[in-house]
Amino acid sequence: MALSAEQSGRLARLLTEHADRLTARWTEIVAGSLRGRLSQAELARQARELHRSIIDAGQHGLRDLADEHGGELRAVLAELSASRARQGFSATETAISVFALKDALLELMEQSRDADTLRDFVAYSALIDQMGLFTFESFVRTREGLIADQAEQLLELSTPVVKLWEGVVAVPLVGTLDSARAQVVMERLLQTLVDTGSPYAIIDITGVPAVDTQVAQHILKTVVAARLMGADCIISGIRPQIAQTIVALGIEFGDIATKASLADALRHVLRLTGVETATRRARRES
Amino acid sequence: MERVPILKIGDILLVSIQLDMSDQTAIQLQDDLAERIVATGTHGVIIDITALDIVDSFVGRMLSTIASISKVLDAETVVVGMRPAVAITLVELGLSLNGIRTALNVERGMELIAASRADEWDEADADEDAETTATP
Repeated sequence: MALSAEQSGRLARLLTEHADRLTARWTEIVAGSLRGRLSQAELARQARELHRSIIDAGQHGLRDLADEHGGELRAVLAELSASRARQGFSATETAISVFALKDALLELMEQSRDADTLRDFVAYSALIDQMGLFTFESFVRTREGLIADQAEQLLELSTPVVKLWEGVVAVPLVGTLDSARAQVVMERLLQTLVDTGSPYAIIDITGVPAVDTQVAQHILKTVVAARLMGADCIISGIRPQIAQTIVALGIEFGDIATKASLADALRHVLRLTGVETATRRARRES
Repeated sequence: MERVPILKIGDILLVSIQLDMSDQTAIQLQDDLAERIVATGTHGVIIDITALDIVDSFVGRMLSTIASISKVLDAETVVVGMRPAVAITLVELGLSLNGIRTALNVERGMELIAASRADEWDEADADEDAETTATP
């Protein structure tokens, strides 16, 4: 329990009485910490909004930030920290936006010297600490959301399925292949096979830095799934070193066609589909 | 009882499974199909499972059985239209549809059957040629 109902009422009155002075001082402190990366007008607006929602909550007899009267205050704080997080401010800079209120209040209250005021200030200070912690938590939540979004975007960016020829699609894999990515690659490839009706797929692993048993397992699963759907997969881009690793690890690719380069794989598919290239015709005619 | 319709397109029988298979419907389908293969003298059966969200071991076994029956009656079976999610699940479960040929869609399935028929004819022709040259 941060403060009593009377205390929160007093806080609301205090904030109302000294509204202009408080918000001005508050804006000043926050502006100092942010070093001009946010406009004064914007800061003043945020300070006023926060100020008003604290007064509202105080008038309803707010006792703890987590109770029902704190709903709007929490929403304002969450919005503030979310906007700070998105604009790239640090956690400290975001927290100061709330803790600045404590400094502003202290300057206001230190003039009177009686014990009650001191007790009030300690209680207010506890409330502001709660607000600060809440802000910090929402800040972290927003940041984590951003990171998750970016990871997802990265996943999409890194797994394109390209059409090489009529009825031939290719997946150039770049980077380490973990379970999550392998899953995305598999789903994307199979969906593309259905959408384009391509009976041949080439998985190019030139950009995969290392192939271990797990990666091989993922690739094999993809190939088997494609076969179940009626498409054939060819693996290409196996570098000499990786070929050695594959043999050393005892990974069996079975009857899956493997080619050294993407060009070889494409030529192999074209031969299977009966497309005649100029060089082959020339060779046959000579 | 629900029955799975069997459509004749050219010299191919098309079976499109669009309902959840039970023991009864599966047996009925096998009976119907065997009869139709004999009656029409067809050489290709296409089973379309585009509408199936779930392919479990039961459906897998049914497909295998149908393929075996058709093979005995000299008809080739191609399973078409398996969804990516279904394929992934089958792989994760370690189920494989042994002895069943697959194609991406009905069109590809028909091409596949036509191609394998053509191969057979070629071989038959080659055999005939060999015989005629052997006995002048």
